[in-house]
Amino acid sequence: MDEHGFLFSAFVFLAAAVVVVPIAKRSGLGSVLGYLIAGVAIGPFGLTLITNPEDILHFAEFGVVMMLFLIGLELEPRMLWRMRKPIAGLGGLQVAVTTGILCTIGLAAGLAWQTSLAVGMALALSSTAIALQTLNEKNLMGTGGGRSAFSVLLFQDIAVIPMLALLPLLAIPALAAAGGGDGHAEGALAGLPGWLRALVVLGSVVAIILAGRFLIRPVMGFIAASRIREIFTAFALFLVIGIALLMQVIGLSPALGTFLAGVVLADSEYRHQLETDIEPFKGLLLGLFFISVGMSIDFDVAAAAPVIVTALVLGLMAVKFVILTGLGRAFGLPLSQIMLFACVLAQGGEFAFVLFQFAVTEGAIPAPTAALLTVVVALSMALTPIVILLHDKVIQPRLGRRQQADDMDPIEDGGHPVIIGGYGRVGQVIARLLNAHGIGTTLLDHDPDQIDMTRRYGSKSFYGDVMRLDLLRAAGVERARMFVVAIDDEEQAVELTQLLKEHFPHLTVMARARNRPHAYALMKAGADIYRRETFLSAVDMGEAALRHLGFGAYRARRAARRFARHDIDTLIDSFDIYEDEKALMSFSRARVDDLEQVMVQDAGQFHDDHEDSGFDGGHPDGKKTD
Amino acid sequence: MTGVLILFAHPNLERSRVNRTMRDAVAGLEQVTVHDLYDAYPDFDIDVAAEQARAEAHHSLVFHHPFYWYSCPAILKEWMDLVLTHGWAYGQDGTALSGKQLMSAVSTGGSVRAYAEGGSTRHTITQFLAPFDQTANLCGMNWQEPFVFHGTHDTNNEAIEQHAVAYRARIEALRDAGAT
Repeated sequence: MDEHGFLFSAFVFLAAAVVVVPIAKRSGLGSVLGYLIAGVAIGPFGLTLITNPEDILHFAEFGVVMMLFLIGLELEPRMLWRMRKPIAGLGGLQVAVTTGILCTIGLAAGLAWQTSLAVGMALALSSTAIALQTLNEKNLMGTGGGRSAFSVLLFQDIAVIPMLALLPLLAIPALAAAGGGDGHAEGALAGLPGWLRALVVLGSVVAIILAGRFLIRPVMGFIAASRIREIFTAFALFLVIGIALLMQVIGLSPALGTFLAGVVLADSEYRHQLETDIEPFKGLLLGLFFISVGMSIDFDVAAAAPVIVTALVLGLMAVKFVILTGLGRAFGLPLSQIMLFACVLAQGGEFAFVLFQFAVTEGAIPAPTAALLTVVVALSMALTPIVILLHDKVIQPRLGRRQQADDMDPIEDGGHPVIIGGYGRVGQVIARLLNAHGIGTTLLDHDPDQIDMTRRYGSKSFYGDVMRLDLLRAAGVERARMFVVAIDDEEQAVELTQLLKEHFPHLTVMARARNRPHAYALMKAGADIYRRETFLSAVDMGEAALRHLGFGAYRARRAARRFARHDIDTLIDSFDIYEDEKALMSFSRARVDDLEQVMVQDAGQFHDDHEDSGFDGGHPDGKKTD
Repeated sequence: MTGVLILFAHPNLERSRVNRTMRDAVAGLEQVTVHDLYDAYPDFDIDVAAEQARAEAHHSLVFHHPFYWYSCPAILKEWMDLVLTHGWAYGQDGTALSGKQLMSAVSTGGSVRAYAEGGSTRHTITQFLAPFDQTANLCGMNWQEPFVFHGTHDTNNEAIEQHAVAYRARIEALRDAGAT
């Protein structure tokens, strides 16, 4: 990778990120700007620790691919279909209008029409990585402006494909000879006739959808059943990389392909698990991507023509900002959302790098122009976090009063108020009862068979290790009101209760206890509500026995309930004793001990000679009768 | 429509002599349904639809219970509160019970003499049963002469047996009257 070797490069990257990013984040600049600064610092114009930013940029672009996959996972096909209008309308207009105006400016500046058009197209694109990372970091994806920005970015990702196809047609003969246009971006299908290529592309997309539905899910089920965590992670990576490769071969954008795969898998039971597995890789690669953008800013070019570069950067952002504002207004966004939408998309994007490079080889743009514009795009990307900062600190506060209502937009991914961890017999009954009253439940379980079964009956259930904080977050714990701990493992149920109370104190935790000692442990762990799983059915059987022995139904029921109350009272009373004596005892040992204690308590105080004397007649005064 | 539905309410039947004997006397009679409310709903969670269907299927209803605090045991009141709904039992379209017979069959601890204007309870049984009489009236039902056993605290097996036989005859008469 470098003359210093791979490990040294990795060390420098990580060190820069670890030092700069937390500081940037703390000081309110956001992580994206932090990464960019770190990149400048270690790059050719900083400490020159890394000298080949282009190679790394190429590698790190995979972070964007992974991000699109994760975004796809968040978007169910239904939602995507609902967004078809903003994607095609808003996105289409943004690309068309921006390309047109930038092209006109290029012509006015005396560029050849081919170059003007190529530049206009490339600069019309915004940075998916920066925009989405910023929106996610600020939790603005659910707002009107955030969704509109996402629609535009999605359309841009699609638009890159025809743009790449168009560039060879824009070749200026004199330049093309110098560039030597090999058309590599067309991939392995370059030799095929147009209609066949279209067919292959269409076939691949259909194949991804079909495989996602009918092949990947069972395979994931099989892998999940093996319960080897790292293999599931490996499979998730395999999936993303495989699709990206396939897309490259057929000449589509890898980001678009993985996005599609993500959408197909969005309503799968393994969604949360995939999210948690890919997330760290995406985070690191995206960070690397931002660092390499920072490194690749060519300060020599900027220094050679500081006035022109400054004018171009500000001009580009101003033009894009104005167009986006107009579109936001035309599509009926409220003012505060228009500002967010315009600020977050007003930069050049990473696809511009690719397009410039390709345009130079095809001979559509002269190399010096491309170098200048690459710097302009990189600087505009670097400026975006600052623009967003300005937006947050200056623009929004002035719109503050009006903004409140917009931000209350319903969260689209349908976070349920109740999350049930452990979907066995106990969890199922609770979920069914709640569902019967229109209360949504999100189900988590580590057993793929269980999840598979419930999904066949239309439940929203996910596979994963409930002990992982990131999975819990992905399942929407932060928005939920209640968490039902119904996992089989006793020790784990206690740990989970502790974990939930510690990290999500707002949450009401209800836990299923196996027995008395387990109930004590759960109480100690902070469970707000607990029930012993076998206790009430045992009482119920006792009641049935009383009935069989001649007690009337009503009398037997009252006797059973009285007994249950007594038992629950003693359970609570003896919690303190348990605290002192049995804290260090294993559950099984404690269970035997505890039974003994309960027997003693019953012998001592609970002989139920209650007879409901109120029903009996006392004196013949007409009060109560036979 | 079959005959008589006896809504039987006694929370402590094991201790009962009078009402259990009465119940046994009518149990198994043709076209007579004895429905033990405390047995069916020990949690008081009355199945309203099932109860309404059952009531609709009979032409006569009997509230059979001991007299508790000059009224019925709680579950029968719960039954009335839940089952006799507006639009079903009363109100403009509430004609489900219209034209049916309603009779109270009650037992009191106090004697006949006690249940009189000058007696220790200061009111007659007819006066005490006014809420049931009016319930029948509101629902368009024909209120029947109540069937009463006074003085359960001071009685003997023979009297109880006699009363049970009379009860059986009364229920049969109610059944046959409604059938015509």
